[in-house]
Amino acid sequence: MGLLDYFKRKAPSAAIAKDRLSIIVARERGTSRNTPDYLPQLQQELLQVIAKYELIDLDQVSVNVDRNGGCEVLELNIVLGENGKPKSDAPKLTVAPAASS
Amino acid sequence: MSKIVVITSGKGGVGKTTTSANIATGIALLGHKTIAIDFDVGLRNLDLVMGCERRVVYDLINVIKGEAKLQQAIIRDKRVENLYMLPASQTRDKDALDPEGVGRVLEQLKEMGFDYIICDSPAGIERGAQMAMYFADEAIVVTNPEVSSVRDSDRVLGLLNAKTSRAEAGGEPIKTHLLLTRYSPAEVERGEMLSVGDVLELLGIPFLGVIPESKAVIQASNKGAPVILDEMTDVSQAYIDVVYRFLGQERPHRFIEIEKRGFLKRIFG
Repeated sequence: MGLLDYFKRKAPSAAIAKDRLSIIVARERGTSRNTPDYLPQLQQELLQVIAKYELIDLDQVSVNVDRNGGCEVLELNIVLGENGKPKSDAPKLTVAPAASS
Repeated sequence: MSKIVVITSGKGGVGKTTTSANIATGIALLGHKTIAIDFDVGLRNLDLVMGCERRVVYDLINVIKGEAKLQQAIIRDKRVENLYMLPASQTRDKDALDPEGVGRVLEQLKEMGFDYIICDSPAGIERGAQMAMYFADEAIVVTNPEVSSVRDSDRVLGLLNAKTSRAEAGGEPIKTHLLLTRYSPAEVERGEMLSVGDVLELLGIPFLGVIPESKAVIQASNKGAPVILDEMTDVSQAYIDVVYRFLGQERPHRFIEIEKRGFLKRIFG
């Protein structure tokens, strides 16, 4: 460290790194470690069931687990097709039976 | 009793192989029969770092596939007594690693009387990395004081707690240790690098020590002799401390604080 460095104090980037990490690490611990891993499959199967009756978009179903204190909420969000009309040419879908495990 | 130890990190290039070679060498120097296994199928390098690349004939995959006997694949170190290594395959696919095969090899090594089995994990969190950690009793998580490495280490800690034999059996969890490598106290003091305290706070696992950033590591790998053998270097001293701590001895932490420099040197840089 030279003489000049004593006078020009830069914003310490390590502090920024730590802040960013605390946030991302906390978030990823929340999702990847504690979320049940059946969510994608649940979403897929729900989609198949709903698709039998309604015209829906693949992206219009979302499944989330929310945690409020000790309380867990399974949140299911489905946006129905236009006017909510039943699908006329509903394809035959086989819904896999729920896994017993 | 044999102990299986995985050296892992998630991120590549943080010093897993260097750490595997040096910790295995250090433990062997203290008289324990030790083997280092390279799990990086397709990109083996532990043989180079340990300086035995020209003696590789058979590898881990050959043994798993029954194409060679374990004894044929194991390489005995020429410098250090009690030290052995088992190379990874350079040509085969990672999918050749299966839990049954790996479990069989580890079981055989235990029967052969190895005290410590050091598994050098590949980077990533795919099959190779999962196989390296699956049977582990303890894990050394190698982390650089840098955002992507810390994040990946946290992810790996999640896997150690979920996708391993111990986790699945629901018994005692894998004992984890944090090793902070490529540490530069000068940069930490300038506020340009995450400190030991920062990383410990973020990851929250027991601390094994720091390995200072040093040219000696590359010089050692150039020569194919683990840097721990070059006792004049800081890195060697740091690894020796780490080995003692890992084996349960108390050692004061070094290389965390900046080296005190004279007044003139501070002024003129």
